[in-house]
Amino acid sequence: MAERKNKLTLVVLSGDLDKVMASYIIATGAAAAGMEVVMFFTFWGLKAIQRDGVFTGKGLFGKMLGVMNRGGLNAIGPSRLNMGGMGRWMFKLMMKQKGVTQLPELRQAAIDLGVQMLPCQMSMDVMEITRDHFIPEAAEPVGVATMLEHASESSIQFFI
Amino acid sequence: MSENIALALDFKGLLCPMPIVKLAQAIKRVQVGEMIEAVATDAGVMADIPAWTRSTGHELMALEKREKDFRFVVKRLK
Repeated sequence: MAERKNKLTLVVLSGDLDKVMASYIIATGAAAAGMEVVMFFTFWGLKAIQRDGVFTGKGLFGKMLGVMNRGGLNAIGPSRLNMGGMGRWMFKLMMKQKGVTQLPELRQAAIDLGVQMLPCQMSMDVMEITRDHFIPEAAEPVGVATMLEHASESSIQFFI
Repeated sequence: MSENIALALDFKGLLCPMPIVKLAQAIKRVQVGEMIEAVATDAGVMADIPAWTRSTGHELMALEKREKDFRFVVKRLK
């Protein structure tokens, strides 16, 4: 077992607004407290590092998935009570009224604080998502062994 | 004490995690030994600012709940 550092590894499997928000809040909070932070985005979580307004997919199924599973921080909705987008609209409005930092600004804060964002190569292959669908700050795609190496030397690991 | 404050910040209206994000960015802008004073409206700072100073190793000089806001002073130690 590697020596544990003052480091946080987050596995972000979920692509829902609430869970992505929790992920970026934990990541920025840890980075602000001086921790090294690695976020590993897999499956639905890849939506959290996708650019807005970009459709993914190459073949028929991939393109269908890209349409039904829009990525980007403006497209994702809450895990419950989304009701065809109404929930997303309502939550965003309520958070705005209360002055909660919006997701794009939160992700930018994470980037500015040096949070590393690693996409999962296998999920990208399955869902026909390529690097140019991601924000430029996303790192080179990696696999489970790289994530586990980061996790094993981290004092905190989260799976969201 | 106020004469040693190098930076005064307004965190009013900011909610978690922005007060500590902004504080972490601001601490790099003052010298070791200098202090930052900030005012916030989110009650979460009463727990989070002490936790942040414990994890980062900076010193919490003051933390007070006032009538309409919260005021704290942090000294950069390293």
